[in-house]
Amino acid sequence: MVAVLELIDNLAGQYGRDRSSLLPILQGVVKQENYLSEYAMIEIARALNLPAAEVYGTATFYSFLEYKKMGKYLIRICKTITCSMKGKNQVLMAIEDMLKIKVGETTPDGMFSLLQTNCLGFCHMAPAMLINFDVYTDLTPEKVREILSGYLNKKGGADDTRI
Amino acid sequence: MTPGYDLKRVDFIFQDESDWKEILQKSLGRPSAELINELISSELKGRGGAGFPTGFKWKLAADELNPIKYIICNADEGEPGTFKDREILTKVPMKVLTAMAICGYVVGSHEAYIYLRGEYFFLQPALNKAIQEFQATCQELNFDFRINLFMGAGAYICGEETALFESMEGKRGEPRNKPPYPTSFGYLGKPTVINNVETLAHTYTIFKYGAKRFYDLGVQYSRGSKLFSVSGDTPKPGIYELELGMSLLDFVHDFGDGDTKAVQVGGASGFLVPQKRFAETTIGFQGKLTGISLPTGGSMMLFNSSRSMYNVLDNYLEFFREESCGQCTPCRVGCQQLLNGIKAVKRGEKNALYLDKLLRLTETMQYTAKCGLGQSVANSFSSIVENFREEMIY
Ligand SMILES: Cc1cc2nc3c(=O)[nH]c(=O)nc-3n(C[C@H](O)[C@H](O)[C@H](O)COP(=O)(O)O)c2cc1C
Ligand code: SF4
Repeated sequence: MVAVLELIDNLAGQYGRDRSSLLPILQGVVKQENYLSEYAMIEIARALNLPAAEVYGTATFYSFLEYKKMGKYLIRICKTITCSMKGKNQVLMAIEDMLKIKVGETTPDGMFSLLQTNCLGFCHMAPAMLINFDVYTDLTPEKVREILSGYLNKKGGADDTRI
Repeated sequence: MTPGYDLKRVDFIFQDESDWKEILQKSLGRPSAELINELISSELKGRGGAGFPTGFKWKLAADELNPIKYIICNADEGEPGTFKDREILTKVPMKVLTAMAICGYVVGSHEAYIYLRGEYFFLQPALNKAIQEFQATCQELNFDFRINLFMGAGAYICGEETALFESMEGKRGEPRNKPPYPTSFGYLGKPTVINNVETLAHTYTIFKYGAKRFYDLGVQYSRGSKLFSVSGDTPKPGIYELELGMSLLDFVHDFGDGDTKAVQVGGASGFLVPQKRFAETTIGFQGKLTGISLPTGGSMMLFNSSRSMYNVLDNYLEFFREESCGQCTPCRVGCQQLLNGIKAVKRGEKNALYLDKLLRLTETMQYTAKCGLGQSVANSFSSIVENFREEMIY
């Protein structure tokens, strides 16, 4: 892991300093930092020679570019119609119960954040969720408890599922 | 096709792709006008939802004089109930890459992009590998063509072609006014062909077997086969390639659970068809003389009698309210008002006649919204409210 400033410089070197590199750079920062801090957005603006407001305005448009501090593992559960019909709420309750957080919150130890998201494209295996970029489908309360236990056990370990 | 026939299952899209080099080489050896004519006579229409004839789209771009042109594969797949494009990119990526290269050859472009939705990030390694292998072959063939992968970041509206260009240009994904159309003014203002993943996969079939094999499937105005993403109350959810022009009654006979009350065709931006209309509804592009014909990106969501249509509409409206880019007032405010409105009726704070006011609001949105998102909210809203009015009130 490198410091944000160095990371931005590396990303700009890799993708170029045109405006069309903005999304890949923002994504690169989110990949390492889990979110875009104000500092990071200002530095990206500087690197691409753009007004900071433009960077902020663009970043906040996209739901996968978080601009609030997020946990190491970001859970996004699909709330669109088929997942809702197939028991999303029970799964959500199991997660909330186990992690003691509500939708939109992060656990005090900074490990998990919980969000709802729109159609993930796994309606035929509903309900579905993402943890960072890993997909989990055909969820039930039991299954989701098992999955989270797996994450809790490796908590603090060196591994990271972000690809 | 009249009801009472079995659905015709087709197997083109996921057929073995190991002959891709041969198809690429063969096509690059044909005059581009001949390839365009092959596509035009197949009558293939875009599978991303809007149904524009693919051959004409390629021709329009080919006729542009600009030396810089782009080819873009739209893999943003965000319409609720749609999951076929991911399957294509997973199982037969070489077909899509080959089709993009042939398109590049036909229109005179050397640079292409796949815009992949952020939710499918996990596909990236495999897709990059496929692209590398493909590039190596292009080099062997001395064909100057580069394909890049561009990742989306969680915004449904970026599937709209001009919003997608804005997004690639590093901006908010806000749709542009049309015209100008992408074939003359697309990504970075250059002539651009943008096609859905499945559309490209069908062109592979057409270049492999010739237009006739494709044209012989389907019905007038709706030729060929199409992938359907089937979900909801069905014993066999999944992805199926079926001949176009099928009757919804036959579809439900095959895929329903015996208690199907309604089918949402075309995702949240499509139409809800109630049981009494199954027989007269066919699945294909508009322009058929008898019955109702529905264009579709292939999303088929089945609902049985245990489902509340109020909950379905509430869910769709929340989706639109969140995914509206907020750029124009009819859509930004309209989506909010529709959602608040049906909630108020359900709670008894507004009387049932208020639903008619909301219906008029969707009509206004249909005419005044800037892009397809705002314009299509009327589809599901009116088809659900008109057919299941009691469920909205009680
Ligand atoms: C709100 C909205 C979302 C869209 N999303 C997609 C999408 O995810 N994938 C897609 O291929 N086309 C989508 N489209 C249609 C595209 O604008 C465009 O028509 C299509 O990519 C053209 O390709 P085709 O001719 O091969 O269908 C969307 C349109 C609208 C209005
Ligand atoms: S109709 Fe909606 S999504 Fe389309 S431009 Fe207007 S506000 Fe944006």
